[in-house]
Amino acid sequence: MRRNQVAVVGAAETTELGVIPNMSQIQLHADAALNAIADAGLKLSDIDGIATAVETPQQIAHYLGITPTWVDGTSVGGCSFMLHVRHAAAAIEAGLCKTVLITHAESGKSMIGKLPRSIPADSLQGQFEAPFGIYGPPSMFPIPVLRYMKTYGITHEQIAMVAVVQREWAAKNPRATMKDPITVADVLNSRMIAYPFRLLQCCLVTDGGGALILTSADRAKDFPRKPVYILGTGESVETPMVSQMETFNSSRAFKVAGPTAFKEAGITHKDVDHLMIYDAFAHLPLYGLGDLGFMPHEETGKFIADGNTRPGGKLPLNTNGGGLSYMHSGMYGMYALQESVRQMRGIAPAQVRDAKISVCHGVGGMFAASGTIIFTNEK
Amino acid sequence: MAEPARAKPKPTPETQHFWDGTQAGELRLQRCDACANVYFPPRPFCPSCASREVSVFKASGKGRLYSYVINHRPAAPGFTPPYAIAVVELDEGPRMMSNIIDCPQTPEALELDMKLEVAFEKLDDKITLPMFRPAKA
Repeated sequence: MRRNQVAVVGAAETTELGVIPNMSQIQLHADAALNAIADAGLKLSDIDGIATAVETPQQIAHYLGITPTWVDGTSVGGCSFMLHVRHAAAAIEAGLCKTVLITHAESGKSMIGKLPRSIPADSLQGQFEAPFGIYGPPSMFPIPVLRYMKTYGITHEQIAMVAVVQREWAAKNPRATMKDPITVADVLNSRMIAYPFRLLQCCLVTDGGGALILTSADRAKDFPRKPVYILGTGESVETPMVSQMETFNSSRAFKVAGPTAFKEAGITHKDVDHLMIYDAFAHLPLYGLGDLGFMPHEETGKFIADGNTRPGGKLPLNTNGGGLSYMHSGMYGMYALQESVRQMRGIAPAQVRDAKISVCHGVGGMFAASGTIIFTNEK
Repeated sequence: MAEPARAKPKPTPETQHFWDGTQAGELRLQRCDACANVYFPPRPFCPSCASREVSVFKASGKGRLYSYVINHRPAAPGFTPPYAIAVVELDEGPRMMSNIIDCPQTPEALELDMKLEVAFEKLDDKITLPMFRPAKA
């Protein structure tokens, strides 16, 4: 895909984040979509492309009253929205549509109008994982981390620092769910969830949503907000079964999506001013730093523990507080994208000064899928 | 009221040989006749070279502890926490999820790379699960 041909011209989260007991899941989608449309200064009738995950595009299109000429229902977990951005950029460039709306929302906490997730007993996961006691992401996502720690010499304290540093960022974000400072001892003394991970190393469970509007860069100049251009993109999938990953020492999906996006963007790691790595659990930023090629995996734990990703550090990472402290409705990718867009617009609560390039890296399922979007505010 | 039961696998035509094997006290894997790749989970073709000429064979049942979590909460139906959810690397190469029996469910007892051997746990007349226990020296 060519660089900077498509831009984000509308971006918004739901009016509220956190606990939203007065809205169903589909209404959260609509709330985010209407906020993004207002942000872009558009009307619903201007939207001719729609993408969403978990909920179907037909559900969202009908609820909003949109008649699309382009539809994407890619649903590969929490990074689906990164894939939507990539697909939408390609579709706009190809002339399949002009103005795409991407929506996410989840009633993750209040569970109103939320579709049940279940594992069929005759699926491969139902036969070869479910009988051994997996029960929700905390029992599955951390399964690789002990191997990763042993291979690379990563310590429990270093991984605890991921949560500590992200809380420092969250403290700067008025909309973050958890803002009180925490220490490594707080993390390592919090309630055990699935050894080696404790409560403060697991994502929040909240309600909320977000939406993006994309159009061609040529049109983007005429919109009220500063355009945020799509500089590079990547995607991949590996396996829906965490036990069947090629290795627990890295994520194959990360290693495809990340470098593909860097190559397309034509940038090096030194060019990155701001970084988001989807953190459903505290080990993900380590995998991301290594698999995206910022440093060898051996150095990832020390890099974070030494403070390089905290406010004032040389590589600001997860500046909204992340899934650990900002919010996590179940599919966090949309909130990572929102923060990258805010940083590129220069309006983030914890703004990285003069940031020009933002890398936004997502995961879906338990390392099942990945999508990377590289944004810039300079054309 | 009966205790909630653990999730029970439902075999498909492609996996039936595996579940017949566990019932017969065998851990069965598949090997590609064309490229010798050994793979899991079951499917009637080689995921490495796409050959449909594949054979089922009885694996050694030996492996090592590749990684795990000790799940505390929430616990799956039929499980009493804390319990380890393990991934075993079989001597033949493939990895599979399982539980570690005859072993304390603690980080001290569950050492990565410890040697394991398969043990079979009957759920009912149709399904027997492959579990692993520390290998006898």
